[in-house]
Amino acid sequence: MIRINNFIIPLFSLIIFCLLWELLVWYNNWPNYKMASPSDLWPAFWKFKHLFLIYGWETFWRTVVGLILSVLIGLSLGILMGFSKTIRIGLYPILVGFNAIPKATVVPVIALIFVGMHNMNTIIIVILISFFPICVSISIGLSTLEREYEDILLSLGANKFEIFYKIALPKTLPEFFGALKVSTTLAFIGTNLMEIIEPHGKGLGHLFDSGKISADYPLMFAVLITLAVMGIFLYYIVVYLENIFAGWAIRK
Amino acid sequence: MHINIEKVSHQYETKQGMLPVLKDLSLSIKRKGFTAIVGPSGCGKSTITRLVSGLIKPTQGSIFISNKKITSPLSTVGMAFQNPVLLEWRNVIKNIILPLEIVSKNMTYNQKRSNALDLLKLVGLGEFENNLPSELSGGMKQRVSLCRSLVHSPEVLILDEPFAALDAFTKEDLWDVMHKLKKERDFTCILITHDLREAVYLADQVIVLSGRPASLQYDVKTNFNEEKKISDLYSSEVSKLLATLRNQIEIAQNKND
Repeated sequence: MIRINNFIIPLFSLIIFCLLWELLVWYNNWPNYKMASPSDLWPAFWKFKHLFLIYGWETFWRTVVGLILSVLIGLSLGILMGFSKTIRIGLYPILVGFNAIPKATVVPVIALIFVGMHNMNTIIIVILISFFPICVSISIGLSTLEREYEDILLSLGANKFEIFYKIALPKTLPEFFGALKVSTTLAFIGTNLMEIIEPHGKGLGHLFDSGKISADYPLMFAVLITLAVMGIFLYYIVVYLENIFAGWAIRK
Repeated sequence: MHINIEKVSHQYETKQGMLPVLKDLSLSIKRKGFTAIVGPSGCGKSTITRLVSGLIKPTQGSIFISNKKITSPLSTVGMAFQNPVLLEWRNVIKNIILPLEIVSKNMTYNQKRSNALDLLKLVGLGEFENNLPSELSGGMKQRVSLCRSLVHSPEVLILDEPFAALDAFTKEDLWDVMHKLKKERDFTCILITHDLREAVYLADQVIVLSGRPASLQYDVKTNFNEEKKISDLYSSEVSKLLATLRNQIEIAQNKND
């Protein structure tokens, strides 16, 4: 019953959202170049269904690969910063600085460094935009481990590695998944920044740009909705993994 | 396993300079003995637990377990704290076998489980093997924590105020659990506590530490009965003993001022 509710309740809220949106456009009598309504979207999808499939997949796999790499990088840096105070105070200013730079300005730089390597460029931007929350959450989780947790193993002669994988790592998993949810949604921003700003001729960002050039506003909205749906899909995959690996931390 | 603490002094480095917590502390605990250590707060009681378990080294002096000087942590020590520090992602039985995963790596899971289950039944939680810590009450968590500290059959058990956060009745229940464990298992025990009744009820020797830097101030045997009962705590003999200890604590606190 709970499982069905978990599916039906979000679905209902989506339907109500679309109805309200449709109503808003209809009530104000907005033309589709001002704001497309949900009923304009389906024809736009249908017209470009092949492009949506091809470009959607391109955007999706780059985002996922970028996200996986951000997890690896964020985890490694977070572990280093969690265990060594020197590394932590040394790296923080650099990381915060990196994160504070608007990623849209980094796009041309990256595109120039690796000219023509579209996939790699996109993945790099995804990493730059989404590793930070993971890194911070892991380092905080590890550095705030209560002394008693370490003591119960240390007093038995356990080594640092045993303490890490038996206690510290599982204990920070809930924080890690919280950060991963943030990173997942950020990752799509990264992919599309690269696809929209640098004309690669690939991905949903490109389709969005084509819509802009040809003044096909329903197409642009359709791209945005597709991105939203993909974001939701990926988010629920993370929720699924969270249930498996950190289900103990979730209140029933 | 008798424990000898010989002329131990210890100090911590703080922002305000060196903070001496122990000064020339000497005491000995006989094999299978149960010693309670009481004293004003912040006098360095927890430091003693960390020294005896080998987690830190004394600035001066030495500690011996069975005439062997302690230089690093020993797998023959078990510890339990005021905070039960259970691993929330593991069920009760897997929490208890944690020390075995470090100390007895060759033991099969079934052996580990049966060791843990024996203890769990002894503390009256036999049916809670598969529950998660979040499903247990404070007293139950502390029982599990005690099982964990004993599962690898340590020769020395160190208890750092394990009952301090419990309500009065749960506390008394756990005192009796402790009596039972002591009778069934073979270990030497050091108990740090702020509760004089607890000290007198559980231990056969009570030690009062002076204010910081702490040294031995008072030492008394508390074998007032072969088998202690809660009702004994209201006898005139024990009342006198408690009054003496209370008085000693006051002396220790004055020194602190």
